[in-house]
Amino acid sequence: MKQLMSGNEAIARGAYEHGITFASAYPGTPSTEILEEFSRYDGVYAEWTPNEKVALEVGIGAALGGARALVVMKQVGVNVAADPLFTLSYTGTEGGLVIVSADDPSLHSSQNEQDSRNYAKAAKIPMLEPADSAEAKEFIKIAFRMSEEFDTPVFLRSTTRISHSKSIVTLEDREIHEENRGVRYNPSKYVMVPAMARQRRIVVEKKMERLSKFAETFPENRMEINDTKIGIITAGMPYNYTKDVFPGYSYLKLGMVHPLPHDLIREFASKVERLYVVEELDPFIEEQIKAMGIDVIGREVFPYTGEFDPGVVETAITGNEAAVVNLPDLSLPQRPPNLCPGCPHRGLFYVLGKLKVFVAGDIGCYTLAFMKPLEGMHSTICMGASVGMAHGMDKVIGGKEKVVGVIGDSTFIHSGITPLLNMAYNKSNSVIIICDNRTTAMTGMQENPATGFTLHGKETKALDFVKLAEALGMDNVRVVDPFDMKNTRSVIKEELSTEGPSLVISSAPCALLAVKQKLPGKTPLRVNPDKCTGCKACLGLGCPPISWKRFEDMDIKIEKKTKKQEGIAFIDSSLCNGCTLCQQLCSAGAIEEVVEDE
Amino acid sequence: MNESVRSVLLVGVGGQGTIMASDILSAVMINAGFDVKKSEVHGMAQRGGSVSSHVRFGPKVYSPLAGKGDVSILVSFEKLETLRYLEYLKPDGKVIINNEEIYPPSVNLGEALYPGDAIDFIKNHFKDVKVVDATAMALRSGDKRMANTVILGVLSSCLDIEVDIWEDVLKESFPSKILEGNINAFSLGRGV
Repeated sequence: MKQLMSGNEAIARGAYEHGITFASAYPGTPSTEILEEFSRYDGVYAEWTPNEKVALEVGIGAALGGARALVVMKQVGVNVAADPLFTLSYTGTEGGLVIVSADDPSLHSSQNEQDSRNYAKAAKIPMLEPADSAEAKEFIKIAFRMSEEFDTPVFLRSTTRISHSKSIVTLEDREIHEENRGVRYNPSKYVMVPAMARQRRIVVEKKMERLSKFAETFPENRMEINDTKIGIITAGMPYNYTKDVFPGYSYLKLGMVHPLPHDLIREFASKVERLYVVEELDPFIEEQIKAMGIDVIGREVFPYTGEFDPGVVETAITGNEAAVVNLPDLSLPQRPPNLCPGCPHRGLFYVLGKLKVFVAGDIGCYTLAFMKPLEGMHSTICMGASVGMAHGMDKVIGGKEKVVGVIGDSTFIHSGITPLLNMAYNKSNSVIIICDNRTTAMTGMQENPATGFTLHGKETKALDFVKLAEALGMDNVRVVDPFDMKNTRSVIKEELSTEGPSLVISSAPCALLAVKQKLPGKTPLRVNPDKCTGCKACLGLGCPPISWKRFEDMDIKIEKKTKKQEGIAFIDSSLCNGCTLCQQLCSAGAIEEVVEDE
Repeated sequence: MNESVRSVLLVGVGGQGTIMASDILSAVMINAGFDVKKSEVHGMAQRGGSVSSHVRFGPKVYSPLAGKGDVSILVSFEKLETLRYLEYLKPDGKVIINNEEIYPPSVNLGEALYPGDAIDFIKNHFKDVKVVDATAMALRSGDKRMANTVILGVLSSCLDIEVDIWEDVLKESFPSKILEGNINAFSLGRGV
């Protein structure tokens, strides 16, 4: 049966077809749907872990117990998992272990544009890279076979355009492969003290040599010899971009990007007159080919940053721009994503923006609060950085100016707990705020250890932030409702002037979660045009349903309340969630509940 | 560019059903016997940002992304978003626009102006421009959220695919409760 599938769906399907029953991950765009899709198949076990390091360690344990384990993360997640990763290549994996890393060229949804292939090289782990969904489904199976054959972890690299593009896949039946589950006692292989790690270090190098030989005849490293004037060495999605514009060129299409097949590359190079490497992000393949002494064109013509498309490749190789209609520069208003109507973060960040404190922020929907008009966040580095950064800043400027760290519930669990312990231990005076919206909202509302449910929807223990903070040694722990801005403001101000480290938990469910869980809705609001003074205070929330119009742009006549009044505010009640934040800001009392019969 | 492959670019604002419309178009093209690839950027689409989805079909499709100057039909669910993606159109490309304005935050704040003459601007640069009051037509079918189905109806009249194939996919795409309304909305669009 043929089906249109995203790369992520295809990876999950491939793992299922190959009989994989164990998977772990932390959600992160563009990788999230892999575990979600996998968990929906019958007869599998999958779990969200607090972070990628835990996901990998769980996978290592499962593989050591004889299972085949799938571990999934986005590219920056590999940084978090890097510690076990670099030693895992020494120990080997026993049952079979594949790590999917989803890169994000063009940073559609990431804080950097790092290239996972460097990890494959640095950690001495082979890496496969599919070019579409059909290959993604096939390559995940090959990756598991290689892991078992070579006793090594294997990377499968995806990119946003593999993960989130759909192409046709042929579904196959599930094959059950025997697993030899049980305890393995083998300290010289699994206890990586220096004496034993030195021995395994040699094993790793020998393994990489064997893998290099394997790469030479690996069928997914394939030559397509057509016109030999131009030869293209490429892998993954850039193969498709190039093939789209230059179907007649010759290709060496690499299914394995580490280690590279040197003999095959030499053979291909000898067959063509002019050689290009087409690869996004780092010149990973290019530098290795140049180091082999082969003349190849890469970064001289291709952009260093951003994802490619067929037009980018065509322009780089021919120098010709595509024929487009010449349009004047319109400087259009941007349309960035925004916090949803009724989002619990809006009230908190409105308060923080007005308090004139430095807000060390973190990764989540709330990162959007850095934008106008809220302007309630002043730094974002990586998952969990807010807590340590706020503490460090406070240590050097404390007293003079105020610093607050803000972090989401899932991000706090991911990597905020250790720095919070550090704050208590090192006698911090900073204030940390957990925006607890009871879900991992940005990646699409995944469960996490504070939600009380597992990935499979089973009820489980829910982490209690207050008890945790007390156990870590936080002196002051407060809980606020961010929809009550007055109280939120006074609690944060109090904690800013209190000695010792403080934790404020800003607690209210995500607006989308409330809809999903069918929580009772609130009555939408409207602006009473006869009362609105046009002061624009409500606009400071940046709430999507609220807009403001000048009198001269309106069809109806409205009486001015003040001499200077130039227009009035409007609320699109069909979008309003009735959270009342704007009502709390309206001194004219012009914001009212919509009456049903109107 | 590969001449045997056609590209349709669907654009809109998060929440308008742009991605669902591109799913339906892709399914139609598969059922019509084409190779199909599609690509969109997920992530924060629910949060009111600009959304685009590329659908490419032909005897054999390599790239799921269209390059600039490669798109035969630009289908836009919102006026301002049309302007943002015009450079993807072929010089003789077709434009289908839902005559709806959704203000981005900077316009709501009074810091930027919503372009008032968008339609004239597009018509000055492209010959084949269809402006459709899809929201009003969707209301006639019972729900303004069916505007994307109206637009799909308009799109169907520009593609040489049998109507039965479209209707079969619509039947698979909507729950029975809202199917009749959507079929109706589709027919209204197809008649434009």
